[in-house]
Amino acid sequence: MAIVETRKITKEFDGGAVKVVKDIDIKTVDGEFLVLLGPSGCGKTTLLRMIGGLEHPTSGQILIADQVVNHLPPRARQIAMVFQSYALYPHMNVKGNIAFPLKAANIDKEEQKRRVDWAAGILGIDHLLDRKPRQLSGGQRQRVALARALVREPNVFLLDEPLSNLDAQRRASARDELQRFQHEIGTTTIYVTHDQVEAMGMGHRIAVIEGGTVRQIGTPRDIYEDPADTFVATFLGSPPMNLIPRGDELIGFRPENFHLAPDGGVDSSTSLSFKLTSIREEYLGSEKLVYGELEGERTVARMAANADVPAAEGGEVTLFVDNADLRVFDRESGLRKESAPATIATGSGS
Amino acid sequence: MATLPPTQRFASEGSGRGKQFLARTVLYATAVIFSLFAFIPFAWMIMTMFKTNNDLYNPRNNPFLYNDPPTLSNLDLLWNDTSFRTFIFNTFLIALVVMAVTVIIVVPAAYSLVRLAGRWGSNLGILIFLVYLVPPTLLFIPLTGVVADLGLQNSKWSMALVYPTFTIPFCTWLMMGFMRSVPWEIEEQAMIDGYSRIGAIWRTVIPVSIPGILTVVIFSFTLTLHEFVYSLAFVQSSGEKTVSVGVFTELIRGDVFFWQSLMAAAALVAIPVALLYNYFLDRFIAGFTLGAVKG
Repeated sequence: MAIVETRKITKEFDGGAVKVVKDIDIKTVDGEFLVLLGPSGCGKTTLLRMIGGLEHPTSGQILIADQVVNHLPPRARQIAMVFQSYALYPHMNVKGNIAFPLKAANIDKEEQKRRVDWAAGILGIDHLLDRKPRQLSGGQRQRVALARALVREPNVFLLDEPLSNLDAQRRASARDELQRFQHEIGTTTIYVTHDQVEAMGMGHRIAVIEGGTVRQIGTPRDIYEDPADTFVATFLGSPPMNLIPRGDELIGFRPENFHLAPDGGVDSSTSLSFKLTSIREEYLGSEKLVYGELEGERTVARMAANADVPAAEGGEVTLFVDNADLRVFDRESGLRKESAPATIATGSGS
Repeated sequence: MATLPPTQRFASEGSGRGKQFLARTVLYATAVIFSLFAFIPFAWMIMTMFKTNNDLYNPRNNPFLYNDPPTLSNLDLLWNDTSFRTFIFNTFLIALVVMAVTVIIVVPAAYSLVRLAGRWGSNLGILIFLVYLVPPTLLFIPLTGVVADLGLQNSKWSMALVYPTFTIPFCTWLMMGFMRSVPWEIEEQAMIDGYSRIGAIWRTVIPVSIPGILTVVIFSFTLTLHEFVYSLAFVQSSGEKTVSVGVFTELIRGDVFFWQSLMAAAALVAIPVALLYNYFLDRFIAGFTLGAVKG
């Protein structure tokens, strides 16, 4: 187990023409499950590959267990990595695949066998040891890749979208397994994904990355409820946070924060009212999404399925949002502003 | 289909079957024609090698039958009265050296062009392939000078030196196709799992590229086997010749052609190679198509 830290790490390609990672500072906690979340091309995989030693940072430092590892090749960093494609060795059977890192470390045959059996046992693949990778399903391959990562007893696990090749159903159970597995092993894990559900469900903390920089790092709750900027606000949550322009500010609130009647009666000091012109309704069983227009902006409201909201196009309804649920962003920079609810209320003009 | 009345449905199925039958007939007919095209030279070689002179040269004989009883005397002439055994030995020795040199150079070359040279790699690969297209009938002139400078005139080692000049370009290009199909990740995974780059290549890229390497081996072997121009230009004495030139110079004496022994020589070399090809056919085709997808 170890702490992974990056200090002002930068990666440029094509002689500085393309900056993929810009001055990223991240520090994990020992035994933490840290998720790097961001859209494709945001630099998250490059960051992971630099930590793994597969790419050299243009500048900055990488520390694993308080040691600068910039100059160390991947094999000397005591890490294990699981690639998106699982990267199983196609010419070896499952046993050979799992034992591969042990062979590299010159561990004797008996110990190799003991550790392979142990890892295969944990992941429930003992019956597959003699198969070749091509004879395995996606889920089984993923477990073999995890078992191979496990036998080394690494300081850090690096996982690059290991669930993206699984179908939706399998993914949900794999998410659960992976999280339990990490909890049991207690090894510091850095997990790259573009899937917010994975990130929210699995991470102790999430680092939201966009355009090569960390936009925000925090617990899933922090990130969801107190986004640091409009990117984080709209990247997380489905549907994303509503953003309504008011002067040089953007007022943000989650679709589920709409109420039909304000808590404790109509009181403009504790809540804000909006007139929503309904456009379309999406019925989802236990709830419904009402798509509409609010002060000229596309807005979504998540309501109980039986809520009395006009479904027909053009129907108008007044909705309320508690002041406590409102977030204010600077319109220019998109950055979060700390504003008193009163300011919001006076700025409403309605 | 479901809305058609039964009779019509049968009719349309019938015409579908008719079309299918026609397609199959054309397919099989084409296959038979091509098989015959490949088979007849072999059959002709094997037939001819056992024929007596009288049988072969009498224009009134049916050429497709043995009119006289078959004889082994042509084989005896080839085996005992020519240096055929030396030619075979030379050919295989040169082929072995050329194969080894080719593989040793081509595998790292293809690897570095695909993995390390970026965008330039592919273009360079095509350029290297273009070298293969320069005909030996032009190249032997400058190469004669090189061979002479190295003191290798009239020595089989001149061929071992020169043949890689055409096996390497082609095989590098071929091997690049294979290397492209090897996922990068398994090599990186091996580097994370505890090996250096070289160690990772040796344990992942090479084993996965075995079909490609086999294709290179077979191809360089074949190229060496049927090479003629350099062999003719560089070597004069019987003891240093390869099959392609040796048989031709020893069994065509002035205007006398020892057809049966020539055929025997060709068959004895071609049949084992054909069997070998057949054995590796699938992998061989994979090698070519992989190379062909992206040049």
